[in-house]
Parts: sequence; C-alpha cells; structure tokens
Amino acid sequence: MTEKRSKAKERSGHPLDDLLREDRIPHIWCPGCGIGTAFSSCLKAIRSSGVEPKNVVMVSGIGCSGRAAGYVNLDSFHTTHGRAIPFATGLKLANPVLHVIVFSGDGDLFAIGGNHLIHAARRNVDMTVICVNNFNYGMTGGQVAATTPKSARTTTTPFGNPETPFSLPHIAYASGATYVARWTILHTREIAKSVEEALLKKGFSFIEVLSPCPVNYGRRNRESSLETLKIYQDKTIIKNGAHPSSVDIDPEKGIILGKFIDVDRPTCKEMYDKICRSE
Amino acid sequence: MKASVLTGQHYISGDVACAEGALAAGCRFFAGYPITPATEIAEHVAKRLPEVGGTFIQMEDEIAAMAAVLGASWAGKKSMTATSGPGFSLMMENIGLGICTETPCVVVNVQRTGPSTGLPTMGAQGDMMQARWGAHGHYEIIALAPSSPQEMFYLTITAFNLSETYRLPVLIMSDEIVGHMSERVTIPPFKEISTSSRPRPKGRKDRFKLYKPGPNGVAPMPSVGEGFRIHVTGLTHDEKGYPVLTAETQEEMMARITGKIRKNLGDIIQTEGYRLDDAEVVLISYGVSARTSLAAVDLARKHGVKAGLLRLITIWPFPEDPIRRLAERVKGFMTVEINMGQIHLEVQRCVGRKTPAVLVGHPGGAIISPDHVYEALKEAF
Repeated sequence: MTEKRSKAKERSGHPLDDLLREDRIPHIWCPGCGIGTAFSSCLKAIRSSGVEPKNVVMVSGIGCSGRAAGYVNLDSFHTTHGRAIPFATGLKLANPVLHVIVFSGDGDLFAIGGNHLIHAARRNVDMTVICVNNFNYGMTGGQVAATTPKSARTTTTPFGNPETPFSLPHIAYASGATYVARWTILHTREIAKSVEEALLKKGFSFIEVLSPCPVNYGRRNRESSLETLKIYQDKTIIKNGAHPSSVDIDPEKGIILGKFIDVDRPTCKEMYDKICRSE
Repeated sequence: MKASVLTGQHYISGDVACAEGALAAGCRFFAGYPITPATEIAEHVAKRLPEVGGTFIQMEDEIAAMAAVLGASWAGKKSMTATSGPGFSLMMENIGLGICTETPCVVVNVQRTGPSTGLPTMGAQGDMMQARWGAHGHYEIIALAPSSPQEMFYLTITAFNLSETYRLPVLIMSDEIVGHMSERVTIPPFKEISTSSRPRPKGRKDRFKLYKPGPNGVAPMPSVGEGFRIHVTGLTHDEKGYPVLTAETQEEMMARITGKIRKNLGDIIQTEGYRLDDAEVVLISYGVSARTSLAAVDLARKHGVKAGLLRLITIWPFPEDPIRRLAERVKGFMTVEINMGQIHLEVQRCVGRKTPAVLVGHPGGAIISPDHVYEALKEAF
C-alpha cells in the first residue's frame, strides 16, 4: 500500500473511533444482538451533544449490556450487578460537572438494581440511564427476567413464563424520571436524538431500547433476529407524549415507542444546595 | 463555610468523634443508611458536611451507600460510610469491588450483637472475621479498632490516611459501647493534623496505566474528568485496567492488591503495650474489651499476678510479630473479646503450641467486666 493510500485509509476511519477503545475489539456481543447498535447510537449522541468527552463518564453494571463501559473510550466503570446507578449517583454528587451515563441491561437495572433505579429517579439525580431490554438474562444463557413476556420460554421458565413483566417507562415515570423514552434498535436516529436530549437535560432521564437476543431469547421463542426486527418494523407505533401507563409491549396490539415524558423538576443537587447549604 | 476542624475540648460520643475525625481527615462525601448503633455518625455528618462544602446522602440501602462511596472516591473526594452488622453484610459486595478496583474509602462498623438482627442496641465484637473475609475471594484488608471516643477521632483520620496511601477500603471496627459512650475528646489545631492523599499520576495521559504500581506497590490514581479515559472494572484486569480473564492476570492482580499491604506491614500495624515489660501473662484485646482488660491487668497486679496487656489497634493485617515475640518469653495468653473466639483463632495461630492461650469471650450484649477477666485469669494460670 502506498503511503498516500494508507493515509487516506487513516483519514477514512470511523467518525466515532475516538470514542471507542479499539484495543478492546472484538467485543463479546453475539451476531444479531442489538446492544452494539444501541451503543453506537449512544456514542453518536455523545459526539453530537458537544459535551466535552473528558466530562462524560459511562457506568455499567453486569451483563451483556454491562460490557458497554469496557468499550467506550471515556472514563468508564464496570461495577457490580445492579449497582451502576448508586455508583453513578456518588460520581455525580461528588463532581457535578460530570455528565453521567448509565448503560446497562433490563435484568441489571430493573431486577437486582430495581430499588436503586426508582430511588435515583425519585431524587432526580442528573444522569442518563440507557436500558437495553432484550427480555432475558443473556450473559448467563437466557433465564427469565422481570421483562420477559408472559408465556415466553427461557431456561428457567421451560413451560413458559407464568409471571407478568414490568413496563419500564411506566416505572421510570412513576418514580419521578423527568425524561422517558422508548425505542428499538431499528430506531437508531431516534435513540441518538433521545440520548443527546437526555445528556443535555438536567434531571433523571430514562431511555429504554428494545433489542433482539437471538441466541438466548429468540432461539427459544422461535424468533430469529430478523424476525424480531420485522416485528420492530411492522408492529411498532410511535406515539410521542403517550402516557407511560399506556405504553404496553404487545405484539398483537402494537409496541408503543416515542418520547413519553420531558418535563423539568429541580435536580437532587439543586435541591441539596438550596435547602442544605442555605446558611 | 464553617471550620472542618473544631479545635478544642469536647464532651461527645464515639460516633460523633468519628464523624469529626472524618471531617478533619478531609472527608467530603458520606453516603449512608440508618442503623443502630451507627446512626449518630450519619446524623452528625448530615449537618456538618454541607457546612464544609461536602455532600451527604442517605441512600436507599447499604448496598447503594457503599456503591455511592466508591463512585464519589473516583470523582476525587475522600468518602466514607458507617453502619453496623446487618448493613455491613450488605456492603460486602461493594467492599469487594473497592478492593478489586483499589478505591480509597473508609467504612465504619459500629458493631452490635448478631447474628442477624440480634441485639440491635447492644455491643459486640462479632464481625471481626467478617471484616477479614466477608467479601468473596482472597484479599488483604486494613481494619482498626478504637477503644475510646478520642480514638474514634484519631483512628478515623488514620483510616483515611491509610486508605489514601494504599488505595483500598479501610474498616473501622468499633462497637456499640465505644460508639455510644461520651467522653472528653480533644481536637487539635488544624495544622497539627497530618493527612495523606492518594498518589497522583504524572506524565503523559495517553500512556498512563491505571494500575502500574509506584515504589511502595501502590499505583497513582487519577480522578474522573481529568482526561485519562480510565476503565475501572471488577473483572480481573491488567495494569491498564482492562479485563483479561486468565489465571496469569489473576496472579498479577492479586500480587499487587495483597503485596501492597504485605510489603508495608511496618507502616500499617499499630499495637500498644501496657505493663508488658515484666509480664508473665498477657491479655490480648481491642476496642472496648481492651479497656476492661486494662482494668483487669491492674486488678491482677494488685493481687500479685504479673499481668500485661497487648492492645491491638490494627486488627487486620494481624499484628503477628508482637505476639510471636511475646510468646517466646511469657507463660500464657488470654484473648478478651465480645464473641466466642475470632481474634483468638489468630492469637492461637501466632502463639503456637508452646504457650497456652485461652479465650475470655461471650456472645454479646454486654461488656466483659474486669472482675470477670481477672477471675478467668486466676483460673487459667
């Protein structure tokens, strides 16, 4: 390769390369998995937000989505299972200049870490929580989650899931989140726009991203990755401003997507400074 | 802003003295959860931290409190939490993360009687082995045991200094009695308080390796937002901080996180001797039990028994050498602690079979009185 051509190749590197730890690639995500798509939309949003990268920090818990922090070329933390949000709370309160992103999965954020999520939303800690919902525990081989649809098969619900899943936007909203959105990995531009808005917004922001898990969830529920994407294409209905209590995920009636909530409320730090530092 | 060091004489409880010690050490972040008998520490810093530019937050549980403390430490603040047995159990997961990621912070355990909910308002020293091994996996830890409110003040400063110097969670293993008793506490002038801060990185940021040890085995630590683009993980990681899931990397990482303590025992370990010079029988104790043991030594001496006391200020790493040295010349040891024999196991290990070592312990809910210790001493030796 001539010197000219190699320089041209260098220049044509991916525009998000700087935000990626290239020395950590290849990543662990399976073919057909949607986490990488959600992740790259998140990186696009970090870039387009104009926030100085040194002030952006990503915190993850445990699980497939929890590996995101290991690939982002920013200050990044891969913490314990479910504890990304309280760890991020400490970071944010100790250095309010930081823009804190929690990137993790549905099991991490809503089962083992569910208590932390509702309290961070209640306090309105200024952070952006991105939850990749793939409807099961992928990392451990496909067990039932708090998001698994009724009757779906997983390794721990071999006869079908007898339980009812959470509606994540509804919980986030009811707990006090000031920004709530849901997209699928087909909606890359919408994810990026939501993440950008959330990053620039003061307050607790929650973005759910629906994603296929073909290897563990799809395989047991007769749904290839492409079939999942087809559902995301055909059965989703964008209803911005829809009340979070009405945004079910029902393949028959439709999967409701959109930016549901975008309101302003004083943040945890603003209230602490106002009330506790008043003297 | 008010003064962080309240120089002067105070009549305060051990818990409050601990809180003031933390502020004097430079602690500016506290995340906690209410629990008897440690609540007073949280209550005191809730009032005091905003006065000195710090932040207090009461989290939803102790798991979250410990996680927030680690996050705040990486944001560059000296951070702490305080709890008791049930909360200490919940904190273990993230204490492990703090050890693995080499995160400086202080955890106070004002011990009450367990197991489980136990006797919430009554003291014990039953969490000493949990302090050593409560998080999963193998590691080294530093734990200190204060015997008085004054020492709650000073040892909290020591705990912060050790945690910053060696980059790990340092445990203060107090007890309900010391935490709740009020005594005179002297707080020295600001300039007389010696504080340490974590080693800071020098050189090029792009070549920085997060866990490359300095001369004393401890790696310099940057803060989030300084442009180092660090990655911190609880997975087994290499010097750069990247996960490398091999037995070789595990060995390297473990050599670093245990080596930095094992190589600096002389700097870390503190004990205190009382009437040891001619002692024939040595009491080994710590925390509130060291106070009653001290009175027992005087009582025994009055009756012509040549007793002495070795008070363990540092519990972990265990002060093996002073005990081994004493074992060469004394007739017997007696461990005094409010449990059924935890530190006693360590004493037996260090003493060996040459010298008898007996335990005076009880399962919690009360102190071990000097009379009780003296009677046991008479019976055993």
